[in-house]
Amino acid sequence: MAGTLVARARVTRRRKMSPSAFLQKYLGYLMLALVAYWMLTKFIKSPSQFFSAALDGLENGTLYALIALGYTLVYGIIELINFAHGDLFMLGTMMSALVLSKLGVDHSSLTGWLGLVFTLVVVMAACATLNVIIEFLAYRRLRRAPKLAPLITAVGVSFILQNIALHFHGSTPKQHPSALPAASFNIGSVQINQAFLVVIAVTAPLLLLMTFIVQRTRQGKAMRATAQDQDAARLMGVNVNRTISFTFALGGALAGAAGLMYEQTVGTTSYNLGQQLGLIAFTAAVLGGIGNLVGAVLGGLLIGLIQGLNDGLPLLGQLWSQSVVFTVLILLMVFKPEGILGKPTTEKV
Amino acid sequence: MSDVMTEAAGGLMLSIEDMHVYYGNIAAVKGLSLTVNHGEIVTLIGSNGAGKSTTLRTISGLLKPKKGSITFLGRPINGVAGHEIVGRGICQSPEGRRIFPRMTVEENLDLGAFLRKDKDGIASDKERVLTLFPRLQERIAQKAGTMSGGEQQMLAVGRALIGRPKLLLLDEPSMGLAPVLVDLIFDTIATIREQGTTILLVEQNALAALRIADRAYVLESGSLKLSGKASDLAKDPEVVNAYLGG
Repeated sequence: MAGTLVARARVTRRRKMSPSAFLQKYLGYLMLALVAYWMLTKFIKSPSQFFSAALDGLENGTLYALIALGYTLVYGIIELINFAHGDLFMLGTMMSALVLSKLGVDHSSLTGWLGLVFTLVVVMAACATLNVIIEFLAYRRLRRAPKLAPLITAVGVSFILQNIALHFHGSTPKQHPSALPAASFNIGSVQINQAFLVVIAVTAPLLLLMTFIVQRTRQGKAMRATAQDQDAARLMGVNVNRTISFTFALGGALAGAAGLMYEQTVGTTSYNLGQQLGLIAFTAAVLGGIGNLVGAVLGGLLIGLIQGLNDGLPLLGQLWSQSVVFTVLILLMVFKPEGILGKPTTEKV
Repeated sequence: MSDVMTEAAGGLMLSIEDMHVYYGNIAAVKGLSLTVNHGEIVTLIGSNGAGKSTTLRTISGLLKPKKGSITFLGRPINGVAGHEIVGRGICQSPEGRRIFPRMTVEENLDLGAFLRKDKDGIASDKERVLTLFPRLQERIAQKAGTMSGGEQQMLAVGRALIGRPKLLLLDEPSMGLAPVLVDLIFDTIATIREQGTTILLVEQNALAALRIADRAYVLESGSLKLSGKASDLAKDPEVVNAYLGG
């Protein structure tokens, strides 16, 4: 079916006919249908395996979503792809390990929980501050420069953060003790880790709070105005510099939270972690429609889910995890370049 | 008539002295001086590139003058950040409207009141804007970017008004509008002044601007060419030939 369509599109390319448009429109849906079909057969065959794979995926997905929000917030407001964001997250994992080891908390006692909350607050604040400083030192002066200048600067900041991590943490991945409960329980035959619940309990409220800040508060209003037109925002009395700093602070805080959750669930960190996870989270932001907050969350969850199902069911297995994710990204970009929730802009000039 | 108004309202509101503004190395405004008194409509006319919009952008703090001073209500405002100038009482409806396209009409209006804290005052000013522009009331929940040019212009003026400015800067409010709408906009500008707001108006439609203004300044390539009472300038042969298609 798809093959004949391709053939027809090739034959009729010279005429200004629409088979290729038809193809573009429906091949995407066809692929979605195939994926849905594949998932459905797996689900029917073994529901419990399906669910545990999906839960694993969602756990990672919420972390991707937190990091993706940092990319999409910054892109939304100053159209900069902040390549250093993944590395900020990486520093977040290391700071978490550092604070927790200084506190010396152990599994799930009351002091353990308090220590975890304390670490969360400290790491979020530290990453927020660091991100604000990065913006102030590296990006602010380049705001009216050609777009490539801040982009290259962001790549540079990324290397600087990695080298800082390399210096303090060493070049080999390190294992850190976890303060999260290792216990799990079963619903039916699906095993649920308590750690998973903690991750959800931390990330879900953060995502909601984020949406609330952007949609409902005065500061959020200033953010949206600045994102759409900086000069017009200034004419409304919005302090654009402070608003951009605030945006970097928000993104940084979310990266810090993701850092702690990652460090706690996976247990290892490494100086180049930011490149791997940062790239995936950036992909999530693009997948969802960069600049779109809900899109970033959706993209993160979707990529987590795809990875989880691919690794756990398995489609192609863990080795192909990244390939599967990026194949999905490429296909989506071909058929819907603006991302899942991104909209092609139709604005009057 | 205009002299009477000026005296009745009393005194200087805005004064610009020997202002020079550059874009990089290119001078856009060269040694401009002008004044606006309480209660006046003052218009800046001139052809494209004369420096009219640059002047307004500089007053609003979006550009910094290289030389010269801008004094508003007795205090210097050159070099003051754009968002603080709004707080001093100067709001602008910029060239090209610059409404927030992905926000609704109501959200745009609310942003106009961004620095205000008095909820009752904002509500009554919103009411007033929606009375001036009933079309905005009809479109209150619509995304601003999907409206027609004329409606966007009304929104831009309304959004500036809702900040309850002492001095309202209007940059080309008639640009790209159908003739009927142009009349409506200018009538509304006259009404806004009657309600007590001082206005500095930049226009390419010199005829319409001179009709409602008290005084006018004619700019040419960044410097002042002529100034005087609007009614006199409207009869000045030089102005008529150059700007009124005489």
